[in-house]
Order: sequence, then structure tokens, then C-alpha cells
Amino acid sequence: MDVQRRGAGAEISRLRKEFGSGAGRVVAIEEVNLTIRPGEFVCIVGPSGCGKSTLLRILAGLDHATGGRIKVDAAGWPVANAMVFQDSGLFPWMNVEKNVAFGLMTRGVPGAEIAARVEAALRLVGLTRFRRHYPHQLSGGMRQRAAIARAFVTDPGMLLMDEPFAALDAQNRTILQGELMRIWEETGKTIIYITHSIDEALLLSERTVVMTALPGRIKEIKDIPFPHPRDVMALSASPAFGALKLDIWRILEAEVMRARAELEK
Amino acid sequence: MSAKARERLLYLISPIGLLLAWQILLMMGLGDRRFIPAPTDIAVRFWELAASGDLAVHTSVTLYRVIAGFLIGAIPAVAIGLIMAMFNPVRIFCDPLIAAIFPIPKVALMPLLLLAFGFGDASKIALVAIAVFFPVIVNTYTGAANIDRIYWDVAKNYGASSYVMFTRVVFFGALPLIFAGLRIAVAVSFVVLVAAEFVASKSGLGYLIWNSWELLQVDYMFVGIVVIGVLGLITAVLLQELERIVVPWKAE
Repeated sequence: MDVQRRGAGAEISRLRKEFGSGAGRVVAIEEVNLTIRPGEFVCIVGPSGCGKSTLLRILAGLDHATGGRIKVDAAGWPVANAMVFQDSGLFPWMNVEKNVAFGLMTRGVPGAEIAARVEAALRLVGLTRFRRHYPHQLSGGMRQRAAIARAFVTDPGMLLMDEPFAALDAQNRTILQGELMRIWEETGKTIIYITHSIDEALLLSERTVVMTALPGRIKEIKDIPFPHPRDVMALSASPAFGALKLDIWRILEAEVMRARAELEK
Repeated sequence: MSAKARERLLYLISPIGLLLAWQILLMMGLGDRRFIPAPTDIAVRFWELAASGDLAVHTSVTLYRVIAGFLIGAIPAVAIGLIMAMFNPVRIFCDPLIAAIFPIPKVALMPLLLLAFGFGDASKIALVAIAVFFPVIVNTYTGAANIDRIYWDVAKNYGASSYVMFTRVVFFGALPLIFAGLRIAVAVSFVVLVAAEFVASKSGLGYLIWNSWELLQVDYMFVGIVVIGVLGLITAVLLQELERIVVPWKAE
């Protein structure tokens, strides 16, 4: 299966991010160079506190880099990017429909068009029956689906996902990973996906970027050659998957240990 | 009978028991009924005042002043509180003023307000408005400033303008605390208004209480006290119901 790729590309060069100043200065990201191809699904894995979320926040425009630059080729995309957060970030005072429509409402899209696009997005994530529900009436998995619909409905150049399934239980996570895979295969959107789980990175991505512990640098970039369409459950049981997982763990292991030693100091 | 209904019924035991004990002790001749009227004496006076129309006049005057003052104080307090949370310069400008004026007992401003607005309704409404303004603005600001960071991030990432931010995000995010402020404000507004009506009014429930005291008509005085208590209770319940409708996500 060939995925029809429709998304923005990005070129990150020599990116650097520092927090604080003087003695309390922390270098969160250093010398990050990465080219994202249009329509690509990239996962970024690394130990906790390796700056991977910071990298995503800079891409999302929520944080400023201290140095380096990001060139996003989002020509032709009305919305450069849309982010999916770990805690859905749905507004508790809006029902599902209003939440999903938020990024269209803010951009002045006409009402009739909003209705049609929200309808399509809700169908994409299987939430049409829950359009009038408020977030507190939904399960964690349904909230994340709504958050994904809210991102997709804006038709962004790229999707930025920050451990979106980390707070879900294992079964829900597997189901949502499968659905995200299907949605990506249908839409061919550029997705940059942050996770600390090697499994998740292997299941979802075409390339996995392994980052080092503080300061966050790119240690290695691995191609994940599994074909599409992917059945995430079957894939996770295959010997090739196991071999690659071990491979990446070996790369990551030293960094995780280093991050732990750093914490215990 | 459901457990909830039984619990509600049990709630009535202490007030009814108190009234009964009060009545019985006075009927046994303990205490002077001229100074401490029995509940039945108060009830009789209540019907007298209600039938003559006096009670309706005093009650409606007091209610008018409370409601007008409440709205005039609360609406700008919410608006300015939200703007303070959104724009740091506004906060820096307002903060010292609020810190300085908030602790002043608002009743102390009554003579000043009489000078400014005269002896009519306006001075009383102004006093209520000022007393309401501070708890509401402080709560609104606190509520808006403590909105979870993720909602600011979402709004920014999804292209919200300052206007959308204000009307769709910050306002609703602050609503639970705004209501906490409004509840305090309701109680405070009755407190300051009755005090003002004691000395600076010829109408209202505060006037009824103070005037009855000066004439040593203690039973009339109690009618005023009871009516204010009931009004306070009703407004508190109404506000609670409003909150349930407007802030449905807070319930669970």
C-alpha cells in the first residue's frame, strides 16, 4: 500500500534551547538537526527530560528556540500545525462538537463549512454519537479521540503529538494506536510524535529519532521498514519487531542510565 | 422514604426544636415577652406588617438596592479581573489599588457616599456595588490566572485571538472561582446594606429593624431580621442553582 502523502515538510537546523540563566542555566536541546519529509510519520524517543517535548513545543510555536532555526515548508496549508497534548486539553466547558470546531472557529471559517468538517472529523475518530457530550462525560480514550479530531479538522500541514496515549490503559492505547495508524494511512499527514515507548515508536513511525539525555541531542535515526497497512497487534508479535526493538533499546539504554544517574546525583 | 428525604427532614430538627423551646420557655413565664417576643408574637406581627403592605415596601426597597448594587459591582469586577489575568500591565496597574482598598470596611465609606450621592437609593446602591466589587474581582483574577497552562497552549496553538481567548477560554476557565466570589458578595451585600439602612435611610429592612428598636417594638424588629435571613437563603440557593446550570463540568 502506498500512502498518499499530503503534508508539510520541515527542516530543523542547529536547534538549541536553554532555560534559565547564570548558574541555574540548563541546556535542554543542543545541535538538533532533522529534516522532516512531507507526509512522513516520525517518532521521537528519548529518556524523560531529554527535551523532546520542548522540541515539539518549539515546532508548535509555544516556545522559542535559543538558537538555530526551523524552516517549515507549509505553503498551501492554511494552518501550519496542530498539536495533540498528553492530557487531551479539551475545554471542559465545551461539548465535543464545540471543542473539535475550536480551531476552525478561531480562524473565522463559515458556520456551514465548520459543521460539515466537524462531522467528517467526528466520523474519522468514531465519536459522532458523542458530539453533545462534555469531556467529563467521556472516557480517557474518547477524550484523546476528540483531541485528535480537533487537530485533524483544521487540515494542518503537520500534526504534533506529545505522548497522546501515555495516560491511557494498555488496551485503550493499543486500540488508539491502531486507529491513528489507519487515519495516517488514509490522510498521509506529516506527523511528529513524541513518546518514551520504543514499542509505540516502532509500531507507528517510518523513522524513529533516538535522543540523548540532557542536553537533548539526536543520537541516532532509525528507519522502521514495516510495510503499510500496518496491523499494530500482529506487528508487535512479529520476530522482526522484536529484533528492532532490542536494537533501539541498546541505543537508548545508555542514555536512560545516564539520565537516572543524573537524577540520583 | 428515601435516605435523602430523611436527611432533609432531620435538618429541620434543630431549627424547629429551637423555636419550640423558645416558645415554651416564654409561655412558662421565663423572660419578659416585651423584650423577647415568642415566635408566635413575631408571626402575628409578620401578618400585620404583610397585610398593611409595609413589609412588601421595605422588602422590595432592600431587594432593589441589593440587586442593582450587585450587578453594578459584579459585572465590571468580572471584566476587569479577566483583563488583569490576560494583560500583565493592567494587573500591575490595578494590584496596588485593590490591595489598598480591599481591607477598608466598606461601611466606613457610607458618609462619603452620602456626600456624593445624597440620601436616596443611589448612595446605598453605590455602597453595595463597592462591597461586591472587591471579592468578585479578586476571585475572578485568581480563577483566570490559575487556569491550567494546557488551555492557554491549546488556545494559542489553535489560533485564538485575544478576543476569543477572553470570551471562550479565560472567562469559562475562571467561572468556578467567579461563582465563589459571587457567593461571598451576596452575603457581604446584605451586611453592608442593612448597616447603611440603619442610619441613612427611611425605608428598607434595615430601617425597619433600627426604627423598631428605637421605638422598642422588639417583635417588629424580629420580623425584619427573619425576612433578611430568608432573603439571604433564597439568593444563596438561586445562585447555587445558576452555578449548576452554567458550570455543569464542575459537578462531577
